[in-house]
Amino acid sequence: MDQGLNHRIRRRLLKAGHFIGLFLAMSLICIPGLWVVLNSFRPTVEIMAKPPVWIPSELNLDNYRAMFGGIGEGGVPVLTYFWNSLVISLTSTVIALLVGMAGGYAFARYRIPGKSAIFVGLMVTRAVPGVALSLPLFILYGRLGIIDTHFGMILVYVALNVPFTIWLIDGFFRQVPKELAEAAEIDGCTRWQAFWKVEFPVARAGIASAGIFAFLTSWNEYALASQLTRSLNSKTMPVGLMDFTSQFTLNWGGMCALAVLMIIPALVLTFLVQKHLIAGLTFGGVKG
Amino acid sequence: MYRMRLPPWLVLLMPAFVILLAVVAIPLVLSLYSSFTAFQLTRPETITKWIGTFNYQKAMGDANFWAAFGRTVLLLTVALNLEMLLGLGLALMVAKVTRGQRLLRTMMMFPMMFSPILVGFQFKFIFNDNVGLLNNALQSLGLTDVAIPWLVDGNLAFIAIVTAEVWTSTSVFAILILAGLFAIPQDPVEAARVDGCTPWQTFRYVTLPFLMPFIYIAMAIRSLDVARAYDIVQVMTAGGPARRTELLWTLIGRTGYVDARMGYANAMGYIAILLSIVFTVYFFRKLTTARTSLGMGD
Repeated sequence: MDQGLNHRIRRRLLKAGHFIGLFLAMSLICIPGLWVVLNSFRPTVEIMAKPPVWIPSELNLDNYRAMFGGIGEGGVPVLTYFWNSLVISLTSTVIALLVGMAGGYAFARYRIPGKSAIFVGLMVTRAVPGVALSLPLFILYGRLGIIDTHFGMILVYVALNVPFTIWLIDGFFRQVPKELAEAAEIDGCTRWQAFWKVEFPVARAGIASAGIFAFLTSWNEYALASQLTRSLNSKTMPVGLMDFTSQFTLNWGGMCALAVLMIIPALVLTFLVQKHLIAGLTFGGVKG
Repeated sequence: MYRMRLPPWLVLLMPAFVILLAVVAIPLVLSLYSSFTAFQLTRPETITKWIGTFNYQKAMGDANFWAAFGRTVLLLTVALNLEMLLGLGLALMVAKVTRGQRLLRTMMMFPMMFSPILVGFQFKFIFNDNVGLLNNALQSLGLTDVAIPWLVDGNLAFIAIVTAEVWTSTSVFAILILAGLFAIPQDPVEAARVDGCTPWQTFRYVTLPFLMPFIYIAMAIRSLDVARAYDIVQVMTAGGPARRTELLWTLIGRTGYVDARMGYANAMGYIAILLSIVFTVYFFRKLTTARTSLGMGD
């Protein structure tokens, strides 16, 4: 009887510990982000107040108004940055996906001499630190005159994303049984038709998740963009964030508003495909 | 007329090769070349001034360079290990939850969507000694009444940077390990329990070996962009104050663009590239071994 009671108490304690631990972990994950969102609705004076104002006295949309209006102290051309980011990220994602599909299909379906060496070689190109790569690219782009153009940025981001899209898409094509495509070919399809009519639809979800990854990388990249963009022509949002800082002051409110604008598309896209995202990463890795 | 026929796999891989050659390989050759010259950004004619391995020798004898190198390796070691342990803990906790797990999983992915530069600003703000969230909270709770100089003191700044880095990347580990936990066959786990293993033993000898490939996938993915920490550090401290948080990447950026000494920066850049490549190849190797030991390899 006594032992049973002890056992029950221990179980209760464990359960409570589990709950508290989970709660703490989730708070740590969410609070920094929510703090940014909250601050985007507060005037900078209140954010910087000393002693701190914990409970906001007024929430307003001033920061957003200043951001989109392009007037006052927050006169940062946010819409232009947003447009640049969108054009560069979307175009580079589409191209990276097409290149990645071709490459991933090759890895999944053909016998390639020295396959794993080629594969690691591709991956290694992705591991080159952005800063180290930006130095020679800066010189080269300067000569070619494509610094501060959409084209230049798209080119860089395609190269950045191709290795990873190949890895993910390869994993998904592997899941599609070879026999499926073979059957279609026997039924009179060409290999090209078999690909588009049979294999592509099955692997579509995985390709979508590779696309999201590529998009997020381009959308959030800073190290290369900060050197290869100069003006309104091609400056992306992560670089634009720097406009809110000057030598001695920092417009926190305005910066937080732009941050929210940056997060929303990423948030929506990630939630749309989160299930495939996990499956893609694990299949690509474990069974690849 | 002789016409060469390329194998189909080569044709399919060709676009990838071409673009990587143009944007990664050729620039890297250029930077290798310029690392042997006294190239200065402000004086373009210096690119032809061949000085041999002078830049490399200079880097080897440069105390600032070695301090940055050591700090980078330390940061990677501490951050990756912490991320792995915390990610494992988080995944185990979330896996035990029966109701609302979808919601928790979604929340877990939250930091992944943040641009590293945004994370930098966010934590710069949190760790600000004067108006930062953390000091405000500590002072309001009465735990301290001095303003702790988080981003000014070298060691504290290192802790702050590791915190920011761990915050962004733990979820990568947690999500992949969680996927691994769901993929584990239940028979061996139950057999271990029936045979009288304690929960710890079951975890250590049955669950963990199964999870290893997943941990290595996470490591491999992370090793592909460890240099993302550049954005965070650049914003939080920019390597300062007085080089106390200088990492290889910030040092390279400053030498190349601010001091305009491209040749020297490229020489150091090459050392950083080699470091990344060693990381990546190491974890891909580990991944292959773990995969074959589970019989999932090719």
